[in-house]
Amino acid sequence: MSETPQYGRAFVFGDSVNTDALAPGGLMKHPIATIARHCLESVDPSFAGTVRPGDVVVAGKGFGIGSSREQAAEALKHLGVAAVLARSFGGIFYRNALNLGLPVLVCEGVEGIGAGDLIHVDAATGVIDNSTRRTRLSAAPLPPFLLAMIADGGLVPHLEKRFADQRAAART
Amino acid sequence: MGMTLAEKIVARAAGRSHVTPGEIVTCAVDLAMIHDSGGPRRVAPILKRFGVGLWDSGKVVLISDHYVPATDEDTRRIGEITRKFAAENALAGFYDGEGICHVVLPERGHLRPGMFVVGGDSHSPTGGAFGAYMFGVGATEMAGVLATGEIWLAVPETIEIEWSGRLAPGVVAKDIMLFLCAKLGMEGGRTQAVHFRGEAIRALSMQERMTLANMTAELGGQTGLVDPDETTAQFIRAAGAEPGDIAHWQSDADAKPSEQHRFDAAALVPQVAAPHSPANAAAVTDHQSVPIDVAHIGACTGAKIADLRMAAQVLKGRKVSANVALLVAPASRRDQETAAREGILAIMTAAGAQLLPNACGMCAGYNSGLDENVTCISSIARNFKGRMGPSSARIYLGSPYTVAASAVRGQITDPRELL
Repeated sequence: MSETPQYGRAFVFGDSVNTDALAPGGLMKHPIATIARHCLESVDPSFAGTVRPGDVVVAGKGFGIGSSREQAAEALKHLGVAAVLARSFGGIFYRNALNLGLPVLVCEGVEGIGAGDLIHVDAATGVIDNSTRRTRLSAAPLPPFLLAMIADGGLVPHLEKRFADQRAAART
Repeated sequence: MGMTLAEKIVARAAGRSHVTPGEIVTCAVDLAMIHDSGGPRRVAPILKRFGVGLWDSGKVVLISDHYVPATDEDTRRIGEITRKFAAENALAGFYDGEGICHVVLPERGHLRPGMFVVGGDSHSPTGGAFGAYMFGVGATEMAGVLATGEIWLAVPETIEIEWSGRLAPGVVAKDIMLFLCAKLGMEGGRTQAVHFRGEAIRALSMQERMTLANMTAELGGQTGLVDPDETTAQFIRAAGAEPGDIAHWQSDADAKPSEQHRFDAAALVPQVAAPHSPANAAAVTDHQSVPIDVAHIGACTGAKIADLRMAAQVLKGRKVSANVALLVAPASRRDQETAAREGILAIMTAAGAQLLPNACGMCAGYNSGLDENVTCISSIARNFKGRMGPSSARIYLGSPYTVAASAVRGQITDPRELL
C-alpha cells in the first residue's frame, strides 16, 4: 500500500456493456495488445486511446455479460485500468477479472460518479473515495480468499506459489 | 430442509452432506471441457508456469470448434497447438472438426445427471439440460481447474421457472428463452442456478432442452437445469453411456427455491429479438415485415438436428427469397449426417440454402462474419453489436422456424403462416 492513495479518472459507461464490446470476436486470434486497442470501441471509440494506468471504469448493471473470453477483462488490465465498479457484473467476467488480479466491485450509487471524476478504490475495504465530488461510496468488500488472490497478482501467481510450496514441502 | 437439484450436485462435489446458498465451497470437478480458442493455446503456457500437468487427463475433453476450419496462418497455428495438446495428453476425448463443443460433448456420451462440470465457454450451461451442474469459466480459471481438479463456488440459489401446459405448434424452446430474456432481463439469472420445470419442459426433446439450458447464459444464470427423466436416459444410452441414478438426481420434495416464476406455455407465441440484445425480444408480429438480407441457422443454440428439422418443415417445397442468402451451419457432423439421411439437407439446398462447416462460425464471429450493413435473422443465442462481425450489421434472433420462414418471405415472418 502506498502512503498517498493513487487517484484515477472515472470512465463512465451504462448498462449491459458486453464482451463483444470489450474484446471483439474478430480480433480474438490476435495478441492482447491488439485487442486492447479496440476495447470498448463500439461503445466509446476514444476509450482505449485516452484511458491511462490507474483510471477506473464505472458502469451500470451487467458489466461484462456475454462470452467467457477472458480477453474482455485482460484488455482492461492491459490498458492499466485499476478497478471496475458496477452495479452488477456478468458472472464469468467477474471471476475472470479477479483471476487476472483486476479488482471488480459491486457497488450501488455509482451513478453519482461523473466522467472524469478523480476516484480511489480500496478493494480491501470496499471504500470508494471521490475526490472531485468529495463523496464516499461503500462497495461490498471481497471475501478474504479473493483478496489474497488479488494481492498475489491473480490466480496464476497464487497457484504458482501453492505449487512451489508443495514442491518445497515434498523436498523436506 | 431438503436440497434442490443444484444444491445436491454442489454438495456432492464439495464433499458435504448439506450446503446453503451463498456459502463458499471448493468443489471437485468431474469433467472439464475446453475448446480451441480458450483451451490449449491459453492454458498450456499457464500449466507450464505451474510446472504441473493435467490433474486427470481422463476427465478432460477437448473440442475444436471456434477456428474450424483454419482460414489463415494464425488459425492454422491455433489448430496445431490444439492437436499437439491432444497428442501429449491421454484425454477423455478429442474432437477436431466434429462440431460445436456443447453439442458434441453430450452426443459422445460425456454427460450424465449429477455431474459437476466446468466448460471453457459461456454456453456451458447447455450441460444443465442433462441434470448436470455445468457452467462456463475463462481460460485462467480453467488452467487452475486443469492443474488442481478444483474450483471455488458460491453455492447457488435456485431460481425455478415453471412452464405449465404445452407449447403451440411452431413455438419452441428458443421462443421460451427469448421471451424470458425480455421478461426477466439478461441478469434475471443473477449467476444462480436456473431450474426449468413443468409439463412443457418435460415434453421437450433432449436437444430442445439443450437450447433452453444453453440460453441460460443470456438469462445470466450460472447453469440451467432440467430434471433428468426417461428422455434424458434414452439420449445418454443412445450416446453409448450409462445415465446413472436418475431417481437420485432430483430436487427433494421439500426443497425451497429462492425465486419462482410461472408461465403458461400455451399462451406463448413465436418471439423475435431486435438488435442489439436478446432482451429486446417481443412477439414476431411486432417485427413482421422487417426486410432481411441474410437468414442464418447456426450455432449450438440453433443448428442441432432438432433445429434443422424445424427449418426443413418450413422450407420443404419452397424457395428462399431472391434477396436473401440462407446460410446453414449444422452444429455437428453427426447431426449433419442425420439431416442428410432424413432428406433434410436436400430440402434445404433445393430451397437455396448454402451449407457452412460444422463449427461456431459466424456465431462467434472469430473466423468469418457478415458483411457491413446487412440485416440478418439468426437462430444463434446472442445479437450484441458486432457479434457476427461488423458493428454495422443488424442481427435479429428467432427460432429455426422463424428464420426459415423469414428466409422464404425475405422479411421477418411469423412461421405459423407457413406451417
